[in-house]
Order: sequence, then structure tokens, then C-alpha cells
Amino acid sequence: MSNDDNRPVNGPDGTPEPYSDETGADSHVPAHRAAEPIADPGLPAHTWRPTDVDPKAERRAERQIAAMFIAAMVFSVLFVVAYFSFEVGDDWDTFAGMGASTLALGTTLGITLLLIGTGIIHLARKLMADVEIVEMRHPAASPPEDREATVEALNTGLDEAGIGRRPLVRNTMLGAVGLLGLPAVVVLRDLAPGNALDIGKLAHTIWEPGMRLVRDVVGTPILASEIEMGDLINAAPEAMFPSEENGYPELHGAEEQAEKAKGAIIIVRMDPDDIIPLEGREKWTVDGIICYSKICTHVGCPISLYERTTHHVLCPCHQSTFDLADHAKVVFGPAARPLPQLPLAVDDEGYLVAQSDFTEPIGASYWEREKQ
Amino acid sequence: MSVDTSKVATSNRTDAATAKKPGPAGSLATWADDRLGLATAMKKNLRKVFPDHWSFMLGEIALWSFVVLLLTGVFLTLWFNPSMGHITYEGSYDQLRGVGMSESMASTLHISFDVRGGLLMRQMHHWAAAIFIASMMVHLLRVAFTGAYRKPRELNWVIGCILLLLGTLEGFTGYSLPDDLLSGTGVRAADGFLKATPVVGTYMSFLLFGGEFPGESIIPRLYIIHVLLIPGILLALIAAHMLLLVYHKHTQWPGPGRTEQNVVGYPMLPVYAAKAGGFFFMVFGVIALMGGLMSINPVWKFGPYDPTKVTAGSQPDWYMGWPDGLLRIMPSHMESVIFGYTISWNVLIPILLVPPLMLVILMLLPFIEGWITGDKRDHHLLQRPRNAPTRTAVMVALMTFYGLAWAAGGNDIIAIKLHLSINQITYFMRIAIFLGPLLAFWITRRWCISLQRHDNEKLLHGYETGIITRSPEGQYAERHLPISETAAYTLTARERDEIHAVGGDTDAAGVAAPNSRSEKLRARLSSWMYRHNVQKPTRAELEEAHHHAEHEAELQSGLDHPADGHQFDDHRLRDTDEVPLRDH
Repeated sequence: MSNDDNRPVNGPDGTPEPYSDETGADSHVPAHRAAEPIADPGLPAHTWRPTDVDPKAERRAERQIAAMFIAAMVFSVLFVVAYFSFEVGDDWDTFAGMGASTLALGTTLGITLLLIGTGIIHLARKLMADVEIVEMRHPAASPPEDREATVEALNTGLDEAGIGRRPLVRNTMLGAVGLLGLPAVVVLRDLAPGNALDIGKLAHTIWEPGMRLVRDVVGTPILASEIEMGDLINAAPEAMFPSEENGYPELHGAEEQAEKAKGAIIIVRMDPDDIIPLEGREKWTVDGIICYSKICTHVGCPISLYERTTHHVLCPCHQSTFDLADHAKVVFGPAARPLPQLPLAVDDEGYLVAQSDFTEPIGASYWEREKQ
Repeated sequence: MSVDTSKVATSNRTDAATAKKPGPAGSLATWADDRLGLATAMKKNLRKVFPDHWSFMLGEIALWSFVVLLLTGVFLTLWFNPSMGHITYEGSYDQLRGVGMSESMASTLHISFDVRGGLLMRQMHHWAAAIFIASMMVHLLRVAFTGAYRKPRELNWVIGCILLLLGTLEGFTGYSLPDDLLSGTGVRAADGFLKATPVVGTYMSFLLFGGEFPGESIIPRLYIIHVLLIPGILLALIAAHMLLLVYHKHTQWPGPGRTEQNVVGYPMLPVYAAKAGGFFFMVFGVIALMGGLMSINPVWKFGPYDPTKVTAGSQPDWYMGWPDGLLRIMPSHMESVIFGYTISWNVLIPILLVPPLMLVILMLLPFIEGWITGDKRDHHLLQRPRNAPTRTAVMVALMTFYGLAWAAGGNDIIAIKLHLSINQITYFMRIAIFLGPLLAFWITRRWCISLQRHDNEKLLHGYETGIITRSPEGQYAERHLPISETAAYTLTARERDEIHAVGGDTDAAGVAAPNSRSEKLRARLSSWMYRHNVQKPTRAELEEAHHHAEHEAELQSGLDHPADGHQFDDHRLRDTDEVPLRDH
């Protein structure tokens, strides 16, 4: 970053002339400004501050600054006091709805810092020299002789390397280095190790024929008869609540979370006459009870807001709205596809069960969706 | 009035003020220089000049809030456990005791309720992040509106844009870490965005999440991205940003004595260093007060993430709002299946195409402007926004686009708070997002041009005094008085716009110009950009106007003393022997 001094950026007429040898001697009022409608009057004269000329004002400023620094010390100590005197955990006191510790620590720390900051800035403004000084600018580019020397050195270096003359060496070297990208990419394959990368899993959920629908929090099965007209129930597959009784295997960790994320459903009951069944889905409902995936087909938020008079359900993330009476088709918002429907039946004990898994992948769209 | 000025520095030397006998500081510097050889570089830089203006402080807010982020962030890492291992919460927060959650959520609750100062640091960290991104954006607007991005600072502008992108990603990875219900919903939406990527999207999602969503890998992976990868790049780019700032020297506003060739202001040591250092404490202090007094991201109220749950009014952090808004106003059914492969335009357009496109447009602005104007000179004097009407209007159009998209991201909140129909808000936004920026462009440009005219009025006819005089004939007129020389010079300290002309189809040697088509386009754009601008008056015009004004004054006065009008206002000239004290 070396530059010669006194090299004007632009020439006298304002045109680029970065390396002109004529250095404008009177650089404060360059020639091209003189041709302007009003000549540059030059920097205004420096004026003295009260603290420069009045010893009383100067001492007052000193006292003000020192007071700020002393107050800052006081608040630092108060911070420490607050740290040890206010409890957190079980018996955190509240002050105006805020935890006493957080409130006291935040205010004392904040005031300390503000006092230090104000003190330093006050010092700079009142007591440090306030004479504005002038520095000349230089073009961002290097001087031409430097540039030439650099280009020459570059060429000499390349020439001595001889890479340009030996295309075989050059091309194989580029090939070797370029191909390094392959290991670099491949080595990331096990970010999803083994069959964790099996995207086919997106097409299936844990639902299977005869699996009971259970309430999502407590896991109790749902009698078809206990659902009232207009109800919406958030439900889950029974396999998410394994017990000795139902015989489903225990699920753990990532597998459990993934199945939970895919298997969530909503069950609603409406007047059977309101339902406009899609062809082939006439037998997917039980007495006006109809079941859909809870996962929005837009980007996968769980939908939740149900309006019973219109049978519309709205996704709170991006407001896609689905008409549950009409195969959950999209009536508003950015979603493109209806919510997948889970075919329902009742078992001998009157509990709601699935006839099968969903017949299409649930949730957000993906590239291979139609291929699965 | 005699003034003792002996202790005030008046030096304007560019070399170091080496004392005859080095004091303690000098001895230390000598010791260091023997080993590091820094004197050559420091010689100029210690007293480097930085010009003063409030708007130059905006970038500083971003810098200092980044430092606060580093400090508070390190504190948080001492307790935070970025693990998705499932445990039962047994900490101090009553309402969640006994609830199953990930270790990252549990450790977030631990920091919030069982570590003294932990909640303060968490809230300071979050507020500092919001301020970091907000100040970067306001700083970006300042740089654009004043033309500070012109040559030679285009690359620093590009670095700044990348900093904004990285800051946003850093924010997203950060607020995803607690693994609470709100952030988990955001991560699931992000999974949806990844899956909407053509060809590789599904695999990208599976690789990032270590398998199917949500997996057990995403939080540890986001963590290392959040605390190492992005901060490292941010730090390096901020260093580059600052180095280029120092190398180019700061831009300054035009004014008496402030030219393209110089920079006028206070030296780095001591004034600027003190002001900037003091300002760090101010930013830190304000963030500490915010962290202590204002609740942000109360994850204990949201509860742990559960992929089957969501709350109404789910909102990302504010800086993620505008792509979210674009996502919300996409019309229904925007998806196609081509050769059996699904393309989700409803996600692709608002998330994967438009935001990156906007970023590219932003980065290219100085290059596009430079190409249209054909201006190859270095620019160090700032322009007032009104003096570049087209640029100002383009920026306001972009801001309008951003603002409308951002508002659309809160369409549910707007609907609830203002009792409006969410559907109608969304329909409105679908149209406004196209028409709004055009309207904003047109209004802004006309507004700028009117302001330019007003400047010329002031130069030619003076300012409006508010004094109404009645002539003997009964005619009422407002008296105008000339503005001060300093003000007049500052108003004229701008360049005349030159419309780029087509340089003919052949060059001097009669060879067809190689780029004549692009030249024509350039000429058209240049004319579009500058045609309506008002240029400053020439010297002749000024003299003519002043002559006219004097004549008017003579006619109007008819008094026995010179009626300069100042007897009515507070602009009476001071006696020259009265030394005015600076009033700030």
C-alpha cells in the first residue's frame, strides 16, 4: 500500500489523470473548482471551544468526565453486588415481570458501559485537540512503474516455471488438482451414512392396514362414536406408543422423530353429505369422519387452524388453506397439492383404524416425488 | 480577546511527531519496532484522517455489535450443549419440568434460568444479532444513496453485500440452535426449501439432516457452522472491509476545502480512536440495557420442538421476513411435473431464485452504474441522494420491494392486529409487489428532481425569508435573501451530469466500432438516467440572477438605509472583531 505523496486523483478538469506529473501545487483549491459557478472558499477558520479558552470550562469538563468514570466504577460494583444478591433458579424474584437478577445485571452493566462510552466521547469532544487536519488522497492503483515491474516479475516467474511450454505437464497437473474435488465431495457421502440416504423412505410412513389412530399426546385409541360433529382431533399412529398390549416395537431417536414427523394426522367429523368424495375414495371415511396428513404440502409445517363452518384448515406458517370437505384441495395460499388422505375404517371394537398407509408421499414436494 | 492556544495542536504534518526524547510510549514503540518494524506503516496511519458525519457511524454500529456478538457468544458456548439427545428436563423452570426435550433445549433453559447472567447474555446475543443485521442494512443504504460505492470502492461494496448474506445465515443458524418449537418449525421449513431444489434437493436435505428430517444431526451441524465456519468467514471479510476502508480513505461530503483530492477530519489518534472506542462502549451499553429490559425469543414459552406441533403466528427473525413474505404471496398450485420430476415453483421462485437474484442485483449496482455513465474516475466526494435521482429512485424501488415482501411475511399478524382479511392482504400484496416499486421509483425520481430545482432556486434567488412586503402599488411579495457563500458553494459542489453520446459507428480510422450495439444501449440508458436531472447554474446564470436580485431590492426598498432584510431576521452579520465561539 505504498503511494507517492501529492499525486492528484483526477486531473484539473476532472478527467482521469491519475499519473500526471503535474502536481497541483495549490491542492486545496484545484483549478477545476475555480471554473465552477462559485469558487471554493477553502476550509473555514478554526474556532475555539469554551474549553480551549476558558480554564473554568476546561476544569468543568474534566470534572464531568471524571464523574462519569467514577459513576461507571460504582455501577460495576453494583453489578457484582447484584450478581451475588439476586437468586436465579427456583426462587428468582420478579420485578415488573422481569427476573430481578437479569434486570439488575442488565441495567448495571448497560449503565456502566454507557458511562464509560459517554465519558470517552465527551473527553474527545471537549478536551482533545479539535483541529481538523487535511490529508491528501492517492489513487487506489499502484504507480505505473510498480505495475510494470510486477507484470514483468509475473511473466519472468511464469516463464521460468515453463508450465506454458509444457502442455502435457500443465494439463495433467490441472487434471490431478481438479480431480481432487471428487474425493472432497465423496467424503461427505456419509453425512447420511448407509441407508440413511435412502430417499425412498419419504414415500412411506409407519401407517399400515389395521393400525389404530390414537390421540397424539396420551396415545389412547379413538372410538368412532366419541367424535362429535365439528371436532378436530390431532392424532398419531398407534405404533408411536408401543406397549406390550399393542405389540409394536420400541422406536428410538432419529427413527422415532422421523416417523412422528411423517405420521401426524388430523381427524375431523362433518356432515357426511358435506363431503365431496374423490373418485375411488368413497369408502375412505367413516360416518363423516375423515382423516388427512397433518403435514402441509407446501414446506412441511404441521397445519392446525380449523374453521368448522367452512371445513377449511389453515397452515399457520404460510397460510395455505385446504378444504377438508373436498379432498383437502388448496383453496388459498402457496401450497400446490391437497393434503394426503388416510383411508379410514373401524375395527371390531369400534376404534378408528387405517385401511392402509398414505397412498402418496406426505409433506413438502421433492424432485423424485412422482417417481416413488 | 486574547486566547491561550499554546496547548492546542495545530500540526498538519503527515509524518510522525517524533519527540527528541522518547517518552514511555515512545520507548515501548521503539522496542516493538526493533522486532516488528511497524514504524513505516504506522507513520501515516496513527494520524490518519477520518471525516466526521453522523451517517459514517452506521457501519460502526454493525462492527461493534459484531464484537458484542463474539463476546456474548463465547459466554453462551460455555454452557450450551448442541446435542439432540433426548432427555427429560429437570431444571428450575417449573412449567417444563418432566417434559422430554433435546439436550440443546434443556441447556438453553439451563442458561436462561440457572446461570446467573445467562438470560442476560442470551438476550444480549439475540438483540445484538438483530442490531448487527439492521445496522448493516442501514449502512448499505447510506453507502448506496450517497454514491459511496462508486470507483474505487466497488469491491468493498461487494464484500459488504456478502457480509449481509453471511450475517443473515449466521442469524438463521443461531436461532435454530435452542431446538424450541418456533425454531424447529423454521428448520422444517428450511428442509422444505432444500427439498424444492431441483435434481439434488432431496439428497441435500438427507445429507444435511443425516437422513430423514429431523434426524439427530442437524443441531450439532448448525452449531459448528454458527460458531466456527460463518464467524470465521465474517471475521476475515470484516478485516478485508476495514483494510480497504483504510486504504481508500473514507469518503467525505463536499464543502469548502473538501475536495476529491483530500480528506478533512480528525486524526485517528487521538480523536477518532477515542470517539470510535467510546462508541463501542455505547453500543455495548445499549445492547446490555436491551438484554436486561427487553425479552427476546422466550423459548420456554414455546416449549421444545415437536414435529407434530406448531403455534399460530409463527414468525422467523425479522431479517428472514422478506423471503417468507414472498413465499406467502405465491399463488396456489404453482407446481409442475416434467418427465415425472416435480418442480415446486411455489418454493423455487420466492426462496431459491428471487433472494439470490436480489443479492446479485445489489452487488452489481456499482458496476451497472459505472458502465452506463462510462465514468472511470475515482470518486471520494459523496453525492446527496437528490443529485442522483435515478440511483436514489432505484434504491427506493428496491426498498419498497423489500418492505412489501417483509410486510407480506407478517400478513397474519397484520390481519389479526388490524382486523383485516388475510386473504385480501395477500391479494393486495401479490399486485403491490410489482406496482409498488414502480410507483416508488417514479415518485422518488420526481421528488429528487424537485429538490434539485429547489436547490437552484436557493442559489439563484436566495432563501425564503418569510417576510412579506407590500409595494406602494399594493403588490405583495416575499423577500428572498442570498444564502451564505459556504452554503452556496456546498450546493454547487457537484458535477454536471453528462449524457453518454453514441460515439458514431466508426472510429477515427474508419473501422466499425466493435460494440456499437452495446454503445447504443448505453447511450439510451445514460439518457434515461440523466435526461430529467436539473444541473447546477453556470456562473453567468448566477451573476445574472444576483444582479436581478439587487435591482429588485433597490426597487423594493426605497428606504433611507440599506435594506438587506436582515433587520427582520436573525441573520445579521456579526461584527468582524467579535470572535464567534463554536457552538457545538
